[in-house]
Amino acid sequence: MKSLAEIDSRLEALIAQPPDCTDADEMLALGEDVLKHWVIARGKEPTKERREGFRLLALHRQGADKEPSFNACRETCRELVYHYNLLTLQPGHPQSSQHAAMMAWVARHLLLFIEGKMETEKLGDFCCASRPLRENVDEEISAQ
Amino acid sequence: MSDRDVKSKKDKYAEVAYYPGCALEGSGHAYNRSTKALGKALGLKIKEVENWNCCGAMEVKNIDPKLQTYLSSRVMSIAANTMKMDVVMAPCNGCYHNLKKAEYDLANDKESVDVVDRLSKKAGHETYQAGQVETIHALDWVKQTIGEEGLKERVKNSLKGIKIANYYGCMYVRPRHIFPEKDAGPGSESTSKPHFMDDLLEAAGAENVEFPLKTACCGGAHTLSDSDTSTRLVSNILQTAEAAGAEVIATECPTCHSGLEMHQIRAEKVLGIKTNVKIIYFTQLLGMALGLKPRKVGLQENISNSFDLVKEKGLA
Repeated sequence: MKSLAEIDSRLEALIAQPPDCTDADEMLALGEDVLKHWVIARGKEPTKERREGFRLLALHRQGADKEPSFNACRETCRELVYHYNLLTLQPGHPQSSQHAAMMAWVARHLLLFIEGKMETEKLGDFCCASRPLRENVDEEISAQ
Repeated sequence: MSDRDVKSKKDKYAEVAYYPGCALEGSGHAYNRSTKALGKALGLKIKEVENWNCCGAMEVKNIDPKLQTYLSSRVMSIAANTMKMDVVMAPCNGCYHNLKKAEYDLANDKESVDVVDRLSKKAGHETYQAGQVETIHALDWVKQTIGEEGLKERVKNSLKGIKIANYYGCMYVRPRHIFPEKDAGPGSESTSKPHFMDDLLEAAGAENVEFPLKTACCGGAHTLSDSDTSTRLVSNILQTAEAAGAEVIATECPTCHSGLEMHQIRAEKVLGIKTNVKIIYFTQLLGMALGLKPRKVGLQENISNSFDLVKEKGLA
């Protein structure tokens, strides 16, 4: 599994390249790696299951367990799968270069979202609650 | 959606209680101005909710969700019980989301009903009952009353030649369970791939680009606590829009709009990433398509300066 920094630099390289149909598998795998980081950070073993034929969607569902705010990246994951399907089911499509470029940008958005979420998690639930922080403070006050 | 449903919404939404919310009196004033100007140009009537209050936004909701439910319910109570209106139209995604959430909670959660009743009595106004009003977004308002065909008939300055990426933001569609009217078959809005703004702007002549980040997170909630996260997310949205061929990002939420504008500037300063895509409210674009002057729809109030572009496209 690639580190988040490695995923970032690989996506930068793909965007600059620019990517084509043959990069679809790699971009999907990079998206899966991003989600694995989130799942592992939450103390779980990344699932090997598939949902609607994609491990990426199963990983997203696992990541959203007891964390509804994680659904903020649900559509981003689904867009990644959508573009993967466009590229692999219609590799000769006249717009395939554009589809590949979009897939790379979408994968990058998933990376940025999860990186940001991991960085700021101690500030609270994403979208913009401070609940965990507040609960900790409440517990400390109760203990005093 | 049947022809009868379409007709009934067309009549029902022709006069609505207008809930601008706090942002439209401040950073989103251009949206306030352009929504009113567009409504007037289309012959739609709005009556501002009297003595309205904050919907509870994100700040109250995070500290005390039930208090947010009450605050949103008060707005709906005034519209229903004082103004005798059936429909509340909220152009801001945050307000729209919170009123819909309050509606859902009051229909499904006894504790919320009790809290709202207690606070309403204490505040001295009638308690809002679930179902008294229907809350809609400005997009529903234009789409259901005028529709694409009606817009086509009224267009004076076609948006032809303007390539647009439509950005809906997250609160317009999430969480899905508070929007039972969405994903309800043909004619309804989609929560996964929303299209109402695309439909309206296309009817006005614009060329919508394939934009995969329509509802992607902009990190808006972290604008103050972690600006870098927001800047990186916004920058990616702007770069993706440009890579998709867009000259303009159309918005339908004051928070999304300001976030995109502010972080576009910050991305250049902090990350050295410069983007040229212009950020314009859909109400401003439709208003100009109907022949309103850019200043009439508040283009001068946007941070993103799009005067050269609208002039080049023949809209000014």
